[in-house]
Amino acid sequence: MSDIQIVDAPAGVEGAGFFATSLDKAIGLARANSLWPLPFATSCCGIEFMATMASHYDLSRFGAERLSFSPRQADLLMVMGTIAKKMGPVLRQVYLQMAEPRWVIAVGACASSGGIFDTYSVLQGIDEIIPVDVYVPGCPPRPEAIIDGFINIQKLVKTETLRRRNEPQYQKLLASYGIQ
Amino acid sequence: MGKFSNEELLKKISDQFSDQVSVIGEPFGLLTLETGREQIIDVLAFLKNDPTLQFIFLTDITAIHYPEQEKQIGVIYHLHSLVNNVRVRIKVFLADGDVHIPTATTLWNGANWMERETYDFFGVLFDGHPDLRRILNVDDMTAFPMRKEFPLEDPNRVDKKDYFFGR
Repeated sequence: MSDIQIVDAPAGVEGAGFFATSLDKAIGLARANSLWPLPFATSCCGIEFMATMASHYDLSRFGAERLSFSPRQADLLMVMGTIAKKMGPVLRQVYLQMAEPRWVIAVGACASSGGIFDTYSVLQGIDEIIPVDVYVPGCPPRPEAIIDGFINIQKLVKTETLRRRNEPQYQKLLASYGIQ
Repeated sequence: MGKFSNEELLKKISDQFSDQVSVIGEPFGLLTLETGREQIIDVLAFLKNDPTLQFIFLTDITAIHYPEQEKQIGVIYHLHSLVNNVRVRIKVFLADGDVHIPTATTLWNGANWMERETYDFFGVLFDGHPDLRRILNVDDMTAFPMRKEFPLEDPNRVDKKDYFFGR
């Protein structure tokens, strides 16, 4: 017997020879299990992320096999490490170049809040320049914590509506960051 | 060519500049001099061009802020004579409202980015510098962060109070 777990089908109407569910759920299922992360690693959290990708923790178990360094292809921005103020516009541009739907994880104390670097040169949390979906605490967080953050993103992706981009709240959120 | 002592170096400088250059100290054998901004370029040019001294390598230009002093901002030059393996340090102190000093880019091209950095962090204005703008910090910054008047932490934020971290 194989111990491979297959992702459960979403809730729907099932009968002999047919299965009906909503398009939202089917697409959410597909998206959640084929996330393409863009690793934006600047410091120690980036090293922990390397461990997360490597054989022991193996991020690809979650469908995140293809780590993309091209923002146009990726749909999950993982910011890991201290972001200096001078780096802020670069990170923002990477986010802007990603196509919708897109999600953001801030990994570790520095990306989430500036961490111990409460100083003139360090951005006090990437949520000052781009919206963040999941914050992973820790300095640096262990790979388990990064995986936990990733699973939380998957839950978000699975349950959100297809029209997220058109929702007024989402437009308002982006407008508060000065994005369109 | 052999090494020369600090006494010989000091004698050569005081022969040239008499009382315009004074000695602050000699910590760890590093002769430390003070001069004014009127003669700093002459002093640097003399040290660089003198055939026996040959302080041809400008190691660093930086600054320091002593808020308790009358002349608060000090600009500090480190020179190294590669031929003789001797170092010397020269300080020029400036009053806070009048932080102008002539540029050393006329002597060393390498002074260009050192002076930009010193301007960036301490606000020292190097007159005659070809491109005096910020180099390491963001362009829209208004303060000079290495001055002691710059707050280490933002006093208005509450999300980093000790009790949030069990301290």
